[in-house]
Amino acid sequence: MKLSTQYIKKHFGGVRAVNGISVDFMPGQITGVIGPNGSGKTTLMHLVTGVMPFDSGVVIIGDDTRLEKIDSADIRDLGITRTFQNVRVFEQMTVLDNILVVLTNRGLLDSLITKHQQYHEDKAQEVLELVGLWSKRDHLASSLSYGQRKLLEVARALATDATIYLFDEPFAGLFPEMIQTVSDVMVSLRNTGKTVILIEHNMFLIRKMSDMLYVFDAGELLAFGEPDYVLSLPGVREAYLGE
Amino acid sequence: MEYLYHILIIISIYSILALSLNLVVGYTGLPLFAHSAFYGVGAYTLALLAVQLNMSFWLAIILAALVTGCIAFLMSLLMSRFRDDLYFLVSAAINVVILHIFTNWQSLTRGPLGIPGIPRPDIFGISFSSNIMFLVLCLILLGLVYLGCRYITRSSFGRALLAIREDEGALRVFGYQTHRYKLLVCVISAMLAGIAGGLFASYITFIDPTSFTLIESTFIISIIILGGLASLRGSIAGAVALILLPEILRFVGFPTDVAAQMRQVVYGLLLVLFMMYRPSGLFGSYKL
Repeated sequence: MKLSTQYIKKHFGGVRAVNGISVDFMPGQITGVIGPNGSGKTTLMHLVTGVMPFDSGVVIIGDDTRLEKIDSADIRDLGITRTFQNVRVFEQMTVLDNILVVLTNRGLLDSLITKHQQYHEDKAQEVLELVGLWSKRDHLASSLSYGQRKLLEVARALATDATIYLFDEPFAGLFPEMIQTVSDVMVSLRNTGKTVILIEHNMFLIRKMSDMLYVFDAGELLAFGEPDYVLSLPGVREAYLGE
Repeated sequence: MEYLYHILIIISIYSILALSLNLVVGYTGLPLFAHSAFYGVGAYTLALLAVQLNMSFWLAIILAALVTGCIAFLMSLLMSRFRDDLYFLVSAAINVVILHIFTNWQSLTRGPLGIPGIPRPDIFGISFSSNIMFLVLCLILLGLVYLGCRYITRSSFGRALLAIREDEGALRVFGYQTHRYKLLVCVISAMLAGIAGGLFASYITFIDPTSFTLIESTFIISIIILGGLASLRGSIAGAVALILLPEILRFVGFPTDVAAQMRQVVYGLLLVLFMMYRPSGLFGSYKL
């Protein structure tokens, strides 16, 4: 499912964090988003997931769902999931409970009446095995290393079976084998037709993983296209790579 | 033996209060500081229904829980605007407001004169007027409350409460209308506190506003911090410890003219030492 924004804006006083950006994230593609710190990448992710309200503009999901306001609690039902730049797992819950909480019934009374079922555990096992954390299922998330907590976030996002995945710097602080794991997950999502959005600073990974690439600078869109082309543009090299 | 029964009854009532508060503070992470108000609303509702309307204890205690739940619902709607420090302060302010209603709405509550003559319950010819029978009633209700809380905390709802405590914003992204969860857990908690209040009123047979001050809220919070946040057995262990401790100190043998003050000093000192060396409490794994 496609995710688009049209002229979306978010200003903090005089700071134009996101200043009328229009972008399209297509299904079956990994779309990279790069830019210097403070260029508005993460803010845009917060806006399209309702973590922050936007000042104006529209978010379009699929062909006909146009949203001028988003409640973060609604994005799950819209088929969107995400990870966070700063890891936000549920620290004092077990690894398994971190996954089960996004799998089980979210209805108020249903959740009160029911406990999780075997098929919830099976799904949790599937995503935790994918990121190599099944053996840690009974450990508190707080006892995991930084890299493992990042993997747990990825597993939690996978458990939602969403159609649109936003990964905000998922490779930061990961060991090489963990990077390979997350890369494989993203490629697998792309190959099954999901929409994958990847914010990343590692140019090698961006070039390797992305099908298309957006470059932001100072809250505005600087360039868009295939990674090799975009990264060769003089304006991009000057703004982002300092050349 | 009557003294022992009295202590056990008080422990049972405070265990119910601690279990109910732990749902909100320990499991959900909401710094609620108004539990004595809910306790008081339950006590006054039962007292008024039983004394003025001659209602049976059983119906009165159900209505006491419902009235307390309704008040908690309205309060939680207001509280949903606040977080953290402000949540704590606003809940304390509401506690004070409710306390002033107990004190000043004299046509209803008789103010500082209190309400005497609250009857003890009976059912099918079985009277709970003796302390041993009242203790049995308290233990049955404590058992039911414990099982109810255990069921809640082991349900999907309970897991969501823990996640709200850990990171409410992150949980919302996964489709949870977290404010509804917070509202419901506050209502459940308040209803259980209302039941404890009804038991207290019926046991003492007299209530006045001095039983429901902020000091009482502090005491209930101390119980769950000492026993362990997000721990049901910790709630009961905390109630046992904090109610028995001053009783034990009575027998230490302090000179009679300073005994009361010394008990307070030792009591306070032990609490401070506990917080320094075992901040997660007796059975808790979570620190505020």
